[in-house]
Amino acid sequence: MNPVSSFFHGVADRFRALPRWGRLVVLAVVVVLVYFLPILNPPVITTPDSDFGAVLFLCAMYALVAIGLNIVIGYAGLLDLGYIGFFAIGAYTVGVLGSAHAKVPLLLCIPAAMAVTLISGVVLGAPTLRVRGDYLAIVTLGFGEIVRLILVNADKLTNGNRGISGIPTPPSLDLFGVPHLVWDGFVARVDLDNQTRFIKFSVVDSIPYYWLALTLVFFVLFLDWRMQNSRVGRAWEATREDEDAAELMGVPTFRFKLLAFATGAAIGGLSGALFATKQQFINPDNFTILYSVLFVAMVVVGGQGNRWGVVVAAALLTYLPERFRDLSDARFLLFGLALMALAIFRPQGLMPARRNVRAKRADEETEVLEEGAAHA
Amino acid sequence: MDLLLSNFWAYTIGGLAFGAIYALIALGYTLVYGVLRLINFAHSEVFMWGSFAAVWVLLALGAKGATGLGLVAFLIIGFAAAMAVSAAVALGLEFVAYRPLRKRNSPPLIALISAIGASYVLSEAMGLRDKPFKWFGADDNLADYVGRPREASPLPLDVPTVRLFYIFDYHVSNIDLIVLGSAIVMMVVLDQFVQRSRLGRGIRAVAQDAEAAALMGVNRDRVIRLTFVIGGAMAGAAAMMYLLKIGVTRYNAGFLLGVKAFTAAVLGGIGNLRGALLGGFVLGVAESYGSALFGSNWKDVVAFTLLVVILLFRPTGLLGESLGKARA
Repeated sequence: MNPVSSFFHGVADRFRALPRWGRLVVLAVVVVLVYFLPILNPPVITTPDSDFGAVLFLCAMYALVAIGLNIVIGYAGLLDLGYIGFFAIGAYTVGVLGSAHAKVPLLLCIPAAMAVTLISGVVLGAPTLRVRGDYLAIVTLGFGEIVRLILVNADKLTNGNRGISGIPTPPSLDLFGVPHLVWDGFVARVDLDNQTRFIKFSVVDSIPYYWLALTLVFFVLFLDWRMQNSRVGRAWEATREDEDAAELMGVPTFRFKLLAFATGAAIGGLSGALFATKQQFINPDNFTILYSVLFVAMVVVGGQGNRWGVVVAAALLTYLPERFRDLSDARFLLFGLALMALAIFRPQGLMPARRNVRAKRADEETEVLEEGAAHA
Repeated sequence: MDLLLSNFWAYTIGGLAFGAIYALIALGYTLVYGVLRLINFAHSEVFMWGSFAAVWVLLALGAKGATGLGLVAFLIIGFAAAMAVSAAVALGLEFVAYRPLRKRNSPPLIALISAIGASYVLSEAMGLRDKPFKWFGADDNLADYVGRPREASPLPLDVPTVRLFYIFDYHVSNIDLIVLGSAIVMMVVLDQFVQRSRLGRGIRAVAQDAEAAALMGVNRDRVIRLTFVIGGAMAGAAAMMYLLKIGVTRYNAGFLLGVKAFTAAVLGGIGNLRGALLGGFVLGVAESYGSALFGSNWKDVVAFTLLVVILLFRPTGLLGESLGKARA
């Protein structure tokens, strides 16, 4: 066992050994810390070359994307290389309804975005989920690119390459200010001049958006957990492991695949909507195929099927290139090298799903038994 | 509609020429898929490296301004350089990105991640090619080769467009003829090689059943290396044709072309060599007609929509999958 995985396992074992209240306290502390991260602005971790709050917002938003794609790839085992298409549809639904053609308030735009992406997921999935494996990958890749090209070319609806600006922000409350910490080396000081208004959404401060995104992440994680532990989650697992066997056992595999696809699409749409309201300006360049590839990398790096794993991987893969911006030119090269190294040295991902680990171990045991019988 | 009808043959020949390029790249995808059941995502970068190899070699030989027989010689040299470098890059790719995974029996999705990583590395290495020379202060002398690495590099060869003969109302040019002719020659040679030679039989055997082939004494690793080399060489040839057609290349030129070529491979039935050829030509022509009918900015939409529609009715592509079973 390599040091990385023994570290993770050690931490996980410690955590599980705690009494119930202890676990809750640890979780609460972690959650609070995560919320206050941009306020604390800790040295070493903070990003010297870009706005830390904005980077954290991106981390949370991509975590949301990864949770959605994890349902498609990790649970249902469908390789979707066009996830950016749903993200783009979500963002543009908000853009078109909220700014370009109507002035619908954001709180109505977001459910609309999710509904539109859900429908587009069903429309794309219904014909294509019948083809298996690698064909699905290329069909979805094509879909992602078609969406982008339509955004470029359907001038009247999407304003083409010029994009849509003036996308509405979420409603603000503006109750009180939260002062930031400023670090002088490793000595902290409270900076009363630099405050984040709770909770006022504006271009100047990304932190309220980060809080919003983080809340959505926790909310969706909760739904995801409930879903995976239900009949639906088990049906997905059965379909992923052996589609024919599942079908024979009476699982309507096609319907469940479609459900996974549509659920994933809706979450993609939600993250796209979040992106649109944060940026307030979107154009088709935000939605190239390369992002789809990056999303898949997040899910696989995290360990497909493990919701915490993909969240951590999404945050890391977003954060690291921003943190090391001084290596800016070479960061994609390093990213590529890291992916290759990961595939070779840790093929199960940083935090593999526990169910997969168990299944693998059981498989190995059976194999040993069978070999023993053959040699006897 | 009128545009297409009045220039029907121009769009057809143009589409076929592009289709030939797609088809040659698609061969690389389909060969590797047939043998390894793996989407070689980094194949597009193999193509891109081949295109730069041709540019550099022709620069080094001072090919600019050559005419007559010299031009023909430089063309052949360009093809040879691109094919050699692409084959070498493909071989290196197999060695670094895929072999270690195969040794460990990794699941296919992990191989895809490794391929994505390799693809980033190859394309970014080209996009940053001035950096190592800057450390040695040699970048000024080599400015033609490594200067402005993110910009397009032109092919240093003046190939005059000569109109040769008519096909109905379209005046076929020498470039169309070179691209289509060399593509067809290479496809026929490859097809015969895979069908008739001993090594080709090895490829088909591994594609059909790797374990049984190994038991029959086929060296699987050697066959896999061979498929990467052949696929790479075909991508190199496609790179030179691309340069002749488009005139420039850049560090990210491979990506969209690779996606298209993979689409072509799937369209024809992945794992099937003749399928890749058919898929490439169908895609090229469909795109060309699509751009005539709906405007050139819609041509990629046409290409992908065609793929979706065909997969709906023929879920394994036009000619069906399987390198082993389809006799080719």
